[in-house]
Amino acid sequence: MRDKVIYFDNNATTAVAPEVFEAMKPFYLENYGNPSSIYTFGGLLKKDIEQARARVAKLLGSTFTDREGHYSEIMFTSCGTESDSAAIYSALQTCPKRRKVVTTKVEHPAVLNLCKELERKGYKISYVPVDSRGRLDMEILKEQIDNDTAVVSVMWANNEVGNIYPVEEIAKIAHAKGALFHTDAVQAVGKIPMNMDESEIDMLSLSAHKLHGPKGIGALYIRKGIRFKPFLTGGHQEKGRRAGTENVAGIVGLGKAAELALEKLEEENTRVKALRDRLEEGIKNNIPQIRINGDLESRLPNTSSISFEYIEGESILMLMDRLKICASSGSACTTGSLEPSHVLRSMGIPYTAAHGTIRFSLSVYNTEEEVDYCIEHLPKVISTLRSMSPFWAE
Amino acid sequence: MWDYSDKVMDHFLNPRNVGEIKDADGVGDVGNISCGDALKLTFKLDNEGRIVDAKFKTFGCASAIASSSALTELIKGKTLEEAEKITNKDIVEYLGELPEEKIHCSVMGMEALEAAIANYRGETINHDDDDHEGRIVCKCFGVTDIKIRKVAKENNVKDAHEVKNYCKAGGACGLCLDEIQTILDGIWSAEENNETNSDDEKNNFDSLSIVQKVIKIQEIIDREIKPALENDGGSIEFINLEDNNTVLVELKGRCAMCASSQVTLKNLVEAKLQEFLSPNLIVKNQ
Repeated sequence: MRDKVIYFDNNATTAVAPEVFEAMKPFYLENYGNPSSIYTFGGLLKKDIEQARARVAKLLGSTFTDREGHYSEIMFTSCGTESDSAAIYSALQTCPKRRKVVTTKVEHPAVLNLCKELERKGYKISYVPVDSRGRLDMEILKEQIDNDTAVVSVMWANNEVGNIYPVEEIAKIAHAKGALFHTDAVQAVGKIPMNMDESEIDMLSLSAHKLHGPKGIGALYIRKGIRFKPFLTGGHQEKGRRAGTENVAGIVGLGKAAELALEKLEEENTRVKALRDRLEEGIKNNIPQIRINGDLESRLPNTSSISFEYIEGESILMLMDRLKICASSGSACTTGSLEPSHVLRSMGIPYTAAHGTIRFSLSVYNTEEEVDYCIEHLPKVISTLRSMSPFWAE
Repeated sequence: MWDYSDKVMDHFLNPRNVGEIKDADGVGDVGNISCGDALKLTFKLDNEGRIVDAKFKTFGCASAIASSSALTELIKGKTLEEAEKITNKDIVEYLGELPEEKIHCSVMGMEALEAAIANYRGETINHDDDDHEGRIVCKCFGVTDIKIRKVAKENNVKDAHEVKNYCKAGGACGLCLDEIQTILDGIWSAEENNETNSDDEKNNFDSLSIVQKVIKIQEIIDREIKPALENDGGSIEFINLEDNNTVLVELKGRCAMCASSQVTLKNLVEAKLQEFLSPNLIVKNQ
C-alpha cells in the first residue's frame, strides 16, 4: 500500500507550491497591516501588491503600465467565479442598450449559471453548441454574435476535457459587431503561453489555486481603455474597481505562483504533456473499450478525459481511492446531482460512456512512477467493475 | 465524498453473489444505462419453492453495487412469499445506513426483486408497465406521477426535493420540482383530511344535485389546483358546469399565456377533478 497519494486532479485544484507558501507566510504573522494605512507598516505593503501584480501581468504578457508604473490591466479579485461575474456584469452595464450575451454550452458553472440568472432578468443568452469532440460550432457562433450582443464569453480551455478554444479568432468576430470579449481562462493560465499585448481579448479571468497558488484569490485582466463598472462597491481599493481590503497574503501568493508558472510553462508543455500521453497510451494499451474525449488536436497538455464504457464513474473513483489515486468523474453521482456532466452531454457522448468518464489532470509535481503505478493497477479496477456490469460482455 | 458505512464498503469491495444464473427461475431487469444505474437479478428455486441461489449484475455507483449484494443475501433461503415482503427499507437496514441521496439504489433493489418474482409467476406487471400508464413528470429520468406517488407513500416523503433520493425524479434540471410538490401535497392533504377523503367524494359525486356538484368542483379547484398554478404566477377561475360533466374554466395570469396551457388543463385540472370527484369530468378552457 502506498502511503503518498497520487494526485491526478489538478484541474480541480492544485497543491500550493512550497515557494508560494514561504512567500505568503510573513504577510500573516509579521506584515499584517492594512495597505490603505498612512503609516509605513501598512502602506509599504502596496509595494508587495504591485510586485505581485507585475508578476501576474508578466505571465499574461501584459506590459502596459499606468502613470504610477502599475500594471493596471490586472485587478485582483477573490476567485475565478468573481472575475467572471465582474466581467460579464460590467460589460452589460457599460453597454446598456445591448441585451444579449453569447456564450457556449460547455462553460464552467461560474459562467453558465450566471447566464441562466441573467436570462431570468430578461437578457437574451445564446449558448453555442459543440460537436462530438467538444469543438465549437463557429458558424453558429458567428450567426449569434449580432449588433444586440453586449459581450461574448468563451472559456479559453475547458476544465473537463481540456479543449483549447480559438479565443483570439472569437474576440475578432465579437469586435466586428461592437461586442466585448471575455474569456474564462482559469484552466488555461499557466498551462499555455499567453501574450495579451498582441491579443484582442478585452477581459480574462484567472484563479490562483489552479496554478499552485492559494485558494481565495483570483484576478481579472481588463484591457486598458475598456470601461469597467465595479462589481463590488465600497472602498477605493484596486483603483476604485474592486472594493474590499486587499487579501495581501493571497495576492503575494498569486504573484509568486504566476512567477513560478511562467518558469515552468515549458515543463508543463513538455514533461507534463509527455506524462499525460504516457498515461493515455498505457490505459489504451491495457484496457479495451475506452474512448478518449475532447479535441485531441487542441488540448491542454495536462488533461485527459477517458470514458470506460459500461461502468459507472463513482465506482471507478472509489476503487481508485483505495489505490490512493485521486481523479474526478464526469458522472454526477459523486456530486449528488444525478445527471452526467453537461460538457459530455453537450458533446453527445452516449450515456454508456458518459457515466463512466474519468478526468485525469496532471501537474509538474507528478512523476513517471505515479503514471506507471496507475497504468499497472487501473486495468484490475476496470475489469472488476465490468465483470459486475449487466451491459458488459467479454 | 460520500460517508458510506463499513458494511456498504464491505459489500461494494467484496460483493456477494455477482453473476447471472443461466437457467434461472426468475429474472428481474430494472433501471437503464442512461439513468446511471441498472440491475439484473436472477434467482433459482428449490423443490420447496425456496430461493436457493440468487445472483446480480449491477451498473452503478458503490451504493448500487452494495444494495444489490445485500439484496441477494437477504433473499437467499427465503420462500417467494417471504421474499416478497422485502422492501428498500430492509436493504438499507441490512447495510446499516445509506446516504439520503443514495436511497434510490435500495429502491432499485426492491424493484428488481418485484420484477424477478413477477417474471417467475409469468405476470407481466412490473414497473415499466406502471410507468407507461402514468404521466411523465420528471422528463430527465422519465419518472411518472404514479411512481412518485408510490415512493412518496412508501417512504413518507413530503418534500419534493427528497423524492430524487428514492426515484431520481427532480434530481437533474429541477424544473419539475413544483409539480412534484403539488403531487405530494395532494397525497398528504387527502390523507390528513378524512372529511374530504377522495374516495367518498368520488362515490357520491355523480348522484349529487347540480348545485352540490358546483360547490364540490369549486372546493377542489380552490384546494388542489389553484395553489399549484399560483406558484407559477398563474391562476384559474371556475366559470360553469355544462351537461353535468363538462367543467368550463378560465386560465389566468401566466397560465393564460403559457404555451402548454392545454397540458396544464388536461394533466393538472382535469386529472385532479377526476381523481377527487369523478372520472367522467371533462375540463374545457373558456
